[in-house]
Amino acid sequence: MAGNTDPLSPRAKLAVTAGKAAAAVSRAAGRGSGSVIGGRVSLKLDPDLLGRLATHLDVVLVSATNGKTTTTRLLAEALRASGPVVSNALGANMPAGITSALAGGSDARFGVIEVDEKYLAGVARDVEPKAIALLNLSRDQLDRAAETRMMAENWREGLAGSKAVVVANADDPLVVWAASSSPNVVWVAAGQEWKDDAWSCPSCGGVMQRPGDDWFCGECGFRRPAPSWVLSGDHVLDPHGSAWPIHLQLPGRANKANATTSAAVAAVFGVPPQVALERMYQVQAVAGRYDVVQFQGRDLRLLLAKNPAGWLETFSLIDPPPTPVVLSVNARGADGTDTSWLWDVDYTRLAGHPIFVLGDRKLDLAVRLEVAGLDFRVCESLDEAVQLAPPGRIETIANYTAFQDLRRRVGN
Amino acid sequence: MSMSDNSLRLVWVYPDLLSTYGDQGNALVVERRAHQRGLQVERYDVRSDQPVPTSGDIYLIGGGEDRPQRLAAERLRRDGGLQRAVGNGAIVFSVCAGYQILGQEFINDLGQREPGLGLLDVISTRGEGDRCVGDVLGDIDPQLGLPPLTGFENHQGITHLGPSARPLARVTLGRGNGTGDGTEGAYNGTVFGTYMHGPVLARNPLIADLLLKLALDVNALPPTDDRWYEALRAERMNAAQQPA
Repeated sequence: MAGNTDPLSPRAKLAVTAGKAAAAVSRAAGRGSGSVIGGRVSLKLDPDLLGRLATHLDVVLVSATNGKTTTTRLLAEALRASGPVVSNALGANMPAGITSALAGGSDARFGVIEVDEKYLAGVARDVEPKAIALLNLSRDQLDRAAETRMMAENWREGLAGSKAVVVANADDPLVVWAASSSPNVVWVAAGQEWKDDAWSCPSCGGVMQRPGDDWFCGECGFRRPAPSWVLSGDHVLDPHGSAWPIHLQLPGRANKANATTSAAVAAVFGVPPQVALERMYQVQAVAGRYDVVQFQGRDLRLLLAKNPAGWLETFSLIDPPPTPVVLSVNARGADGTDTSWLWDVDYTRLAGHPIFVLGDRKLDLAVRLEVAGLDFRVCESLDEAVQLAPPGRIETIANYTAFQDLRRRVGN
Repeated sequence: MSMSDNSLRLVWVYPDLLSTYGDQGNALVVERRAHQRGLQVERYDVRSDQPVPTSGDIYLIGGGEDRPQRLAAERLRRDGGLQRAVGNGAIVFSVCAGYQILGQEFINDLGQREPGLGLLDVISTRGEGDRCVGDVLGDIDPQLGLPPLTGFENHQGITHLGPSARPLARVTLGRGNGTGDGTEGAYNGTVFGTYMHGPVLARNPLIADLLLKLALDVNALPPTDDRWYEALRAERMNAAQQPA
């Protein structure tokens, strides 16, 4: 706790101490890690604390609709090659959680910080990051969040004056539009399977043309920038044209994309791609996601998918039929209370899999699957689904609180 | 109107602009329920840089953000295909932003009055208070002979009905048209509008059947196995009536 907190004013020190005390009380009361309540207490005592805590760190912010927690983990692993890292690895990604995470990392040299999309502009102002990684933007929790293009607008305005190097996905038109206000952008061709939030040009409203992997607006000329980093199959191509193999324990194309962006960010911090990518292999599971657990004598892989883009990427990584699939959907506050997004997900991709449905909103899913013409079983519990599932490893896909429920049930 | 052969032409208008709240679901439900009655379905997803075909049987228009709504209205007015299709007797079912576009006028993203297509006698303005977000229950106009309405709304619009539009339903829970008189949605002849998503036809499959019956010009359709729809309807109606 000594050393690096010395630049902090007495008020800031008091704020950090008070926050830690509040977190300890919250933990003792059995209310989780206490990181959010601790951060909240600290920020109340010293509203500028976040900026002050960050002054001695080289910070990178990571934001997106999907993949920000995983990318934060991959990137933290990569930067550890050059020095100690502090990170909000548990996904507490709003200002209070971020403050709490930074307050715990006094000896760190780097801060790798996941930021909720809505708070990116404000946090970027407060901590003056060295780099900002922008992965993707798509529809998510529309009953309470801003509409997707408004989010891009918010980023664009917030990043306009930033001195940070912005590392942004050239394959997502909304991200490109948001990042183009920034003077210093590194474009990464990280791919984006979901396209249905960007058929309309974010700049002029014209209809986007999307031949193959390219995209451009037929009316105003807004187009895909030339990337300097590229995800190509199982390799990262760096700006010099060298290809570096990606070896991850995490499955799926989306995680290769996250690794590619992480390699590009690591280069900004002086870590070569080869070193960065080798270190990323360490990451095995992220807050339970991708974990394979034993339950009732069966292997279950736990997969989190919160919105249509996330479900699409998840379908592309599951084992082929006849692998059984358990789907669980809730619509509590943290999930968004509107389930209409289920209709944006192409469930016909699950044809041939035995499908078992559970969660608070299993009947919404049942109607969705019925209309997709799929066979499925509606179950009351994970136990029942696992008992009914034919042999083989079971893929379980769940949205946010349903995923937490599953983890609790399997003791993960 | 009646269909010339055994195939139903289903047109989904401007999914590039108006497909925000699972609007594809309405197309999927109509398609599925038509298939279950032995009909062939030709589905046309028409982007806003393509002409709207005039020979469709059923047209669906969804919800969207404020700017895409204005762009859709501009392009539909210029195209004229949807108006001609309605002139030919086509059926139109519209949701939220699409509902407002079918009316006489609405308030666009620039805060200005934007002319609609005039296919429904309604005028939409923007509400001052909070957005209407949440589950809705209502009784559908008895003339349509349908069971209660269930849906989810998320909008800030207020829609006033003129003399030639009938309210689609009266809400018993939720805001609907937002005019304070309990009306929700509107219809006139074969043109329907609603603030309900959910999507609304998945929550109310008999509305989808009504559209099919109008397209086929029949009074009844072969029955379908609706147990999952019915279970969902019962659950949502029950949940909506619980205190929050």
